[in-house]
Amino acid sequence: MTHRLYMEERIADALRELGNIGAGHAAAAFSEFVGEPVTMRVPLVELVAFDDVTEALGGPEAPVAVTYVRVSGDVAGHLFVIQPLDGARRLLSSLAPATGEEWPLSAMEESVLEELGNIMAAHYLSSLADFTRLTMRPSVPSVAVDMAQAILAMGMLEENPLGDFALVIHTAINVPEEQGRAHVFLFPSPGTERVLLRSLGIGDSV
Amino acid sequence: MIHHVGMAELKIATEEHALRTFGLGSCVGLALYDEAAHIAGLAHIMLPASPNEAPQHVAKYVNTAVPRLVSLMMEQGAAKRRMRAKLAGGAQMFATLSGIDLMRVGPRNVEATLEALRSLGVPLVASDVGGSYGRTITLECLTGKLWIRSVQHGEYGI
Repeated sequence: MTHRLYMEERIADALRELGNIGAGHAAAAFSEFVGEPVTMRVPLVELVAFDDVTEALGGPEAPVAVTYVRVSGDVAGHLFVIQPLDGARRLLSSLAPATGEEWPLSAMEESVLEELGNIMAAHYLSSLADFTRLTMRPSVPSVAVDMAQAILAMGMLEENPLGDFALVIHTAINVPEEQGRAHVFLFPSPGTERVLLRSLGIGDSV
Repeated sequence: MIHHVGMAELKIATEEHALRTFGLGSCVGLALYDEAAHIAGLAHIMLPASPNEAPQHVAKYVNTAVPRLVSLMMEQGAAKRRMRAKLAGGAQMFATLSGIDLMRVGPRNVEATLEALRSLGVPLVASDVGGSYGRTITLECLTGKLWIRSVQHGEYGI
């Protein structure tokens, strides 16, 4: 069972709208990269228990390939572009012949993945920044391939009045034919969600 | 039976039971056991220091989690002089971003935990820390054996 805290509907709606704008542009970039049409789920905006954040990825130990970008500026937070490892391998093998020698990915495959994650993160953040007229500066991207929770915990380390719950804006992007999938997780730094909401004319905090 | 210890949680178990916590990245898993009393405890700790002296989530911080785990063990009948510690986790999951503040959390968690154990007089007998990979750990309460599982290295005991 996933443990969530209640969030006021109009606030969830507003954040969902922002997630939709960001992820829509990230999905377009993903589609262009894989050369296939993609479909995007409506973003999930949740106050979810730390232990349950990885549920959508297949659990805490699910092997995933992740590009991480730290966000700073008016809006701060942590952005993760995530693919299940097997899906990432399939995608990479369709783009470049796999060497299969190195674990989990070759240096070449890792740099392709980093490039893809970087493009998706940049589209997500720039469309969100344009829409809200707030600054969001991405850090240099970094790639890791490992257990989902070990990586995503990076988004849950900041001091947080919600204790062991995190605010997560999560969008799943599917490549129907290829069974491929990407996820974008944005963890706004605690308090930053108010800045986002104010830009939409909503004053209350979550 | 295996009891699950969540992020920012700590638990005690006894006898043939085991304690498990998933996906330690920069977080550390601190295992304490008293082999004679068959009592063991496991904490999944996220940060080296709490923002104040009495944080709401005691198990989230090294400075509050370690003393709490020791005192809970003693309440269950463990003796401090027989207590032994094992430590796992504290990785840097993104090795290339070393300049960013949160990136050093793993090593800082390890340092803070070793210091807390020293000040409480609980000896560390084994550890598997650092690197850049995630770990799931399982502690056997009867023996104090700590099993470590990772995506890349399989499972091994310390």
